[in-house]
Amino acid sequence: MLGDQHVTPEMEQALREDMGLDLPIHERYFKFLSNASKGNFGRSFFHRRPVMEVILERLPATIELTLCAMVMAMVISIPLGVLSAVKKGTLYDKTSVVTAMTGVSMPGFWFGIILIIIFAINLQWLPVSGRSVFALRVPSITGMLLIDTLLAGRMDSFMDAVKHLILPTITLGMAMGATLMQVTRASMMEVLKQDYILFAEAKGLKRTRVTFFHALKNALIPTVTVAAIQTGQLLGGNMIIETIFGWPGVGSLVVRAIFSRDYPLVQAAVLIYVLIYVIMNFVADLLYTVLNPKVRI
Amino acid sequence: MNITDTNSSENRIDMIEKTEVKTVSLFSINMKNFLGNRLAVIASLIVIFAVIVSIFSSFFAPHDPNKTDLFLRLQPPAWMDGGEWSHPLGADHLGRDILSRIVYGTRVSIIVGFSVIFIATAVGILTGLMAGYLKGKFDLVISTIVDILLGFPYLIFAIALMAVMGPGFQNIILALVYKEWVIPCRVVRGETLAVKEIEYVEAAQALGASTFHIMLKEILPNILSPVIVVATTRMATVIILESSLSFLGLGVQPPMASWGNMVADGREFMLEAWWVSTFSGIAILILVLSMNIASLSLRDAFDPRFSES
Repeated sequence: MLGDQHVTPEMEQALREDMGLDLPIHERYFKFLSNASKGNFGRSFFHRRPVMEVILERLPATIELTLCAMVMAMVISIPLGVLSAVKKGTLYDKTSVVTAMTGVSMPGFWFGIILIIIFAINLQWLPVSGRSVFALRVPSITGMLLIDTLLAGRMDSFMDAVKHLILPTITLGMAMGATLMQVTRASMMEVLKQDYILFAEAKGLKRTRVTFFHALKNALIPTVTVAAIQTGQLLGGNMIIETIFGWPGVGSLVVRAIFSRDYPLVQAAVLIYVLIYVIMNFVADLLYTVLNPKVRI
Repeated sequence: MNITDTNSSENRIDMIEKTEVKTVSLFSINMKNFLGNRLAVIASLIVIFAVIVSIFSSFFAPHDPNKTDLFLRLQPPAWMDGGEWSHPLGADHLGRDILSRIVYGTRVSIIVGFSVIFIATAVGILTGLMAGYLKGKFDLVISTIVDILLGFPYLIFAIALMAVMGPGFQNIILALVYKEWVIPCRVVRGETLAVKEIEYVEAAQALGASTFHIMLKEILPNILSPVIVVATTRMATVIILESSLSFLGLGVQPPMASWGNMVADGREFMLEAWWVSTFSGIAILILVLSMNIASLSLRDAFDPRFSES
């Protein structure tokens, strides 16, 4: 091995003890468990700092991106899904169904690159990657740039942060929006068949009022639950998109950690991802019971 | 009285047999529905074409996918300035023909897609049948494993496994199977729980049929259609996952061509050569979109519970 000759047995022993590798495997496992339950995942091999510290530093960027993508996906997909269900069978409906299916089938890493080629390289409207220009940095308070820049009262920095957010948000929001649109359309079609919709129309209420106040309220139940589950997936699943856009979040951190064999970091990140995923699933269940009193036990 | 009775029942049997000759099988009705959907037929033809391309890659590819020629480095597609029709989609940073690499990349996607789904479905059917039919401790163990695996986000699970096992063609199939089998397993278990209460299973039990016989001959044929529907729907997802892993450099290793690592290759040359990433991504999009359309139409045609109209 390269570098073998420079390591004395004492140095090796010291390193083993430092990393806890001298203990038997079951002891190491229980040590890991008890430390992990206290939020201590050990030190990162690569960053040489506690793993939790490194991850928490990066978490706000991931949350910011995910929330923006979620909001974009909901704002666009819900009205489109409703319109598609109302105009069922028309050319508009067919086009939007095929568009949504294309959105689901499009690999995110490719879509992101195409957006970069078009909007960042050829048109030069938006930055290629990163989160902010160095000259426009503001002191970090919450870690979310959109909020921090406003707190600092720097409009130029705020606009810079928005510009950096646009492409990753579109890439991430697209797949999510496409799924949400399909869900909204399906549940809206189901709701529009119900008797109370017919009754509301028979009362002489306006079509738009019936659609948006009577029907949408019920049709949104599955959409909201799916959105919550997807947010959980995205918080853990946008490593690819973060990597493409050089977004300094947890996703790109984990990808780099895998390549640099930084096992404590990977371990901790996977555990945190699973935790977020399970919590978001739980939130989805809670939302479901709040929105639909019928399933309350 | 008696004689007339038997006569009339015989007549009835006769009638039933006669009408049965005239009826069309459910399968052919479903098939007719499916073939009536033009979009679905086109999509299925594209999928079939991709399978053919993946089998006869060497016939469809104009060049050797791994032959490098630095004189052709980043040569643009044929219709642009500096392009030649001998390399219709241009060449990448090592002067390899992009069209040939896409053709050979089809092989990776199709093989990974089909083998992952095939193995996962086989494992899922076995475990699901046993869990649903035998119940008890076995069901508890299987259901617990399934629940744990469902808790992991898919891509993270696959990435973590690939990081441990190391990249490679077999490992990517294994890594995806480890998680994928859960989905058919859940479907099979649920369906088995429903089907095993039906009278014909009870009848088979009363006749003394073995557990093995009941599971494979009585239950399995009756739950197969939802399983096939799930399998076809999942294949598109598996192909996207494979290309995502290859894109990250955790899947198929260079120089072997995979659509995912071709997109990754092009990433470094986005500024001067957009075609390197673009075409392989379009290939993924076309195949996955066709698979999605075909499987959804298959679902609508074969599973009446899902049909919208």
